[in-house]
Amino acid sequence: MSDDAAAIVARDLSAGYGARPVWSQATLSIPKGSFTAILGPNGSGKSTLVRLILGLLPPTKGFVEVLGEPPRRGNPRIGYVPQGSHFDPELSMRGRDFVGLGVDGHRWGVRVTGRANAAAAVDTSIASVGAREYADRQLGRLSGGEQQRLLLAQALVGGPSMLLLDEPLSHLDVRNQQAIVQLIGDVARARGLTVLLIAHDVNPLLPHIDHVLYIAHGRLEMGRPAEIITSESLSRIYSSPVEVLRDSRGRVFVVGLEEEVSHPHE
Amino acid sequence: MGDLFHYDFMVHAFEAGTVIAIVAGAIGYFVVLRGSAFAAHALSHIGFAGATGAVVLSLNPIIGLLAFTLGAGVAIGALGNRLRSRDVTIGIVLAWTLGLGVLFISLYRGYATQAYALLFGEILGISSTDVIVTLVAGVITLVAVVVIYRPLLFSSVDEDLAAARGVPVTALSVAFMAILAVAVTEAVQVVGVLLIFALIVTPAAIAVRFTSRPALAIATGIVLALAFTWLGLAIAFYSPHPVSFFITTLAFATYVAVRIAEPLRARMTRTALSASA
Repeated sequence: MSDDAAAIVARDLSAGYGARPVWSQATLSIPKGSFTAILGPNGSGKSTLVRLILGLLPPTKGFVEVLGEPPRRGNPRIGYVPQGSHFDPELSMRGRDFVGLGVDGHRWGVRVTGRANAAAAVDTSIASVGAREYADRQLGRLSGGEQQRLLLAQALVGGPSMLLLDEPLSHLDVRNQQAIVQLIGDVARARGLTVLLIAHDVNPLLPHIDHVLYIAHGRLEMGRPAEIITSESLSRIYSSPVEVLRDSRGRVFVVGLEEEVSHPHE
Repeated sequence: MGDLFHYDFMVHAFEAGTVIAIVAGAIGYFVVLRGSAFAAHALSHIGFAGATGAVVLSLNPIIGLLAFTLGAGVAIGALGNRLRSRDVTIGIVLAWTLGLGVLFISLYRGYATQAYALLFGEILGISSTDVIVTLVAGVITLVAVVVIYRPLLFSSVDEDLAAARGVPVTALSVAFMAILAVAVTEAVQVVGVLLIFALIVTPAAIAVRFTSRPALAIATGIVLALAFTWLGLAIAFYSPHPVSFFITTLAFATYVAVRIAEPLRARMTRTALSASA
């Protein structure tokens, strides 16, 4: 695969904080327009990868390019939804104002020129995630799913080439998870966006993703879901016996992982 | 009504009070949005030690006040918005500086009125020079707020997101606390160290219950702060009681009225809905 077709290219890439390595020697290429789920246990370095892509953390070693250039902070071509984004109930701001921050919230001063353009972009983005009905209500008072849609609208409003979504599903019930993933998949397909989505449960993602990227034990491993989510490869990635079961509806259950994750000291 | 502006001290009080109310109302929205109400309160108390220290050294108390609020503001800003233990740290420093203030008062024997003015405000003692100084400081604070308005709003709502978009969140946090320190120093003249909440936090806290549009909330906060200050001054002029009492009471009463009215309004809406259904 040539680098032109890749949204993210990494060769022998290592990341860490100071002397503490988080993961190392990652070599991968994420094609443009693809949907990748990033999975792995807590603390394995999923958010470290996100920080690296956003240019908030320099790699300790190796080569990385994001959309054809070295990662840089404030890259407008990346639409981002941070981890744990849900708003204080008292937060006094409308969804519309929040999405507007995605347009020019990083600029100094107050919005003087381009008010009409900004308002139009905000309106379009809100409509594209189906959030028109509640965009004028107080952000903190909206449901988790509604907030997540507005976070997505904020990420989309600048017309990015890539969406970087750090656990957008973690505070949602199953129905909302499916609805949000469907929405992300639809929008990404329509606009040709590359999507990187961190999740804990791969099931709601399975109908939409092209790749899974597993981060565990200081290693990154990427492949098609069918290749990676098998007993053999997950056992290898986690270096412990893991079994992948499938039910009649195609949902996968990873057995043996929960114990390892929840009892890391035993 | 003519008597009200007959005296220079009342004119000065209205002039300085107006400037300070505008600054306090504007900055209050961000204080509420960032959850920095306690930091704002603490800044004024920490400033008290600086002011009393300046008095001991025969300096203008405002200089000591500004030095301590600025120093504390920058330090609190550098702690960041996310630190969970921030309020505890601030409280510990606050208690110590109040202790210092007590020491300084005891060192400066015999002049308790100075300390009293710092604690409870002395707006009727403002000179024409004070008015000019207040105006200059007020304009500087407002310009600073306008300059950092959008990134400050952004980082107040979601610091991670703002940082990813290239907003210098820590620098902004420090800048905001420095601006707040100047605003607090100004507002101390009107309501004093102990009552600062009434001018900086209460108007904004009321405003955000009426609107969730940032610009409108700021405007509402300013209008409320102005109303409390003007009305407080006017009532105090015709009464023997202190201005600070009227300003804080107006602010408190309005807040209580709004909080009581809210569930009532919600219930009425519900009843209306169920009646029409």
